[in-house]
Amino acid sequence: MSIRIEQVAKTFGRTQALAPIDLNIADGELIGLLGPSGSGKTTLLRIMAGLEQADGGRIHFGERDVTQLHVRDRRIGFVFQHYALFRHMTVFENVAFGLRAMPRRERPSNADIRSRVTQLLEMVRLNEFAERFPAQLSGGQQQRVALARALALKPDVLLLDEPFGALDAKVRQELRRWLRHLHDELNFTSVFVTHDQEEALELSDRVVVMSNGRIEQIATPDELYRQPANRFVFEFLGDVNRLEGDVRDGVLTCGDAHLDVGDLADGGQELLLRPHEISLAGEPSAHTHLPVTVTAIVPVGAEVRLELEADWLVEPWLATISHADFERLDVQRGKRLFATPTHWHRFNAQTVAEPAAVAMS
Amino acid sequence: MTTARFSLQRQHRVLPGFGLSLGVSLTFISLVLLLPLTSLVGQLSQLSWSQYWFLITDPRIVASYSVTLGAAAVACLFNAAFGLLMAWVLVRYDFPGKRLVDALMDLPFALPTAVAGITLATLYSSNGWIGSLLEPTGISIAYTWVGIALAMAFTSIPFVVRTVQPVLEDLPAEIDEAAVSLGAKDGHAFRRVILPHLWPALVTGTGLAFVRSLGEFGAVIFIAGGKPYETEITSLMIFVRLQEYDYAGASAVASIVLATSLLLLLVINLWQGRFIKRLHGGRG
Repeated sequence: MSIRIEQVAKTFGRTQALAPIDLNIADGELIGLLGPSGSGKTTLLRIMAGLEQADGGRIHFGERDVTQLHVRDRRIGFVFQHYALFRHMTVFENVAFGLRAMPRRERPSNADIRSRVTQLLEMVRLNEFAERFPAQLSGGQQQRVALARALALKPDVLLLDEPFGALDAKVRQELRRWLRHLHDELNFTSVFVTHDQEEALELSDRVVVMSNGRIEQIATPDELYRQPANRFVFEFLGDVNRLEGDVRDGVLTCGDAHLDVGDLADGGQELLLRPHEISLAGEPSAHTHLPVTVTAIVPVGAEVRLELEADWLVEPWLATISHADFERLDVQRGKRLFATPTHWHRFNAQTVAEPAAVAMS
Repeated sequence: MTTARFSLQRQHRVLPGFGLSLGVSLTFISLVLLLPLTSLVGQLSQLSWSQYWFLITDPRIVASYSVTLGAAAVACLFNAAFGLLMAWVLVRYDFPGKRLVDALMDLPFALPTAVAGITLATLYSSNGWIGSLLEPTGISIAYTWVGIALAMAFTSIPFVVRTVQPVLEDLPAEIDEAAVSLGAKDGHAFRRVILPHLWPALVTGTGLAFVRSLGEFGAVIFIAGGKPYETEITSLMIFVRLQEYDYAGASAVASIVLATSLLLLLVINLWQGRFIKRLHGGRG
């Protein structure tokens, strides 16, 4: 079921939690609401659910105007960060709760409830835990129960509030993939809230980046990473290295470091670089002279992360290089190397996007 | 396992003062609780079984049992409902003067029970504020079992409020949100989701209120009026026996109150232990 949000706003006391927001979500889409805490993402989700009342604006699920509808009549499934399972009920009764809460006329027979719940528990691969109590399950299993419970009534829309936030990294990874599969299989419309950019990029069809109660950008993960709309989005999506300096005649200088920047305007400029957009060499090149010293080496997975310092840098840089380069350069702590940006980003005055990036060599 | 844990091994403890604090506590318990109880048993030991039986089955005293039990039952049932409501209001809603209402809840504990008794008696007697209003309708509260129940309810309400309140505070709002998002009506959500969580605390609080009501004396005697066979409570009977210097008789009746109270407390504790075990998934 598609979701159409028009001019939805919310203030708590004097703080504006949501500026008037418009958002259209297509049928069957999986949308991630991404932002730091206090960005209004959870408020927006709770307003969609009807757990919070918006100050103004309208919300449509498909053709249905649900703005004034109570939570229980919106046909949503809601998954909470801390599971919110009913601890005095078995896993089976938790999942059956929504079915048993239906008015007597519509309520399925006990046999139907049993078969539906069994089917749901099979789907979340927990059928052998049906008679256990929530406290006897691990966090990941509890969240799967919560998901089965939310899906029991075949909701139009599934809403998840930081669903994997309370779980450890490995379980989180597993559950993410599993949720993606489930979503592709059952094809419901879902919206989830997260502050973890990796989670948002991995799981969503489209990501909605929010800050200070505003939507900063709505884009596919790929687009978002390649063409961030503004500096906030760029910085929020990954590690950022900054290079500030004066440009004169196409050369940026900063202390004893300098770099050819092509046709960049004269004056003070700030360049932003991702860690993988820095290449390292043993010797300076003709156009670039950015001497750095390696201060920390962290091998993680497929790459090596290096912390680089120099007296012309305000904050240390973070660079990631391949293991092959790492060995070729014979990197050690304290070693002096020369950095070359392969790509950079520039944003004017915090807001307007200028993804003008020049490849240098 | 358990014996090993409690055996007095000479091992280093991180938290100091175990021996001293336990010793002081046990001494204190002995002096304040066990010694008086022992003297009660001492008094009882002067009686033969038949004498004991005769004393505790005196018709007037048996009548007082039923008055006390009946009034305490009504009082604690009323408190269960009203106390739950009070705790709910104090935890779930914000309103001006909430802190004051919260503090007022402890008043029945802080107020001398005799003061409460006199106040209630003057309010509800036939020339009191409320009593005079009720008189034309033919309802009398003072000097009937209703008055006794009222006094008992007054003195024991904090037990229910103060046991339910912290449990309700610990119950995350997400629980009701989850229930409602699954389509449950408010009543259904309350009965099936919230009440089961509060149940152990509610039963414990109500049980404590009941036990307290059984032994209540100060607040009740003024409003009870003390008509033999009708409005005499058991603790009054103990008092009467004492005034007659019949220490053995007083002890015999007291032993009944004591045994009932202890038994109830034990049952509540055992039952609550079992329930809590289930909430924690049978692991403790």
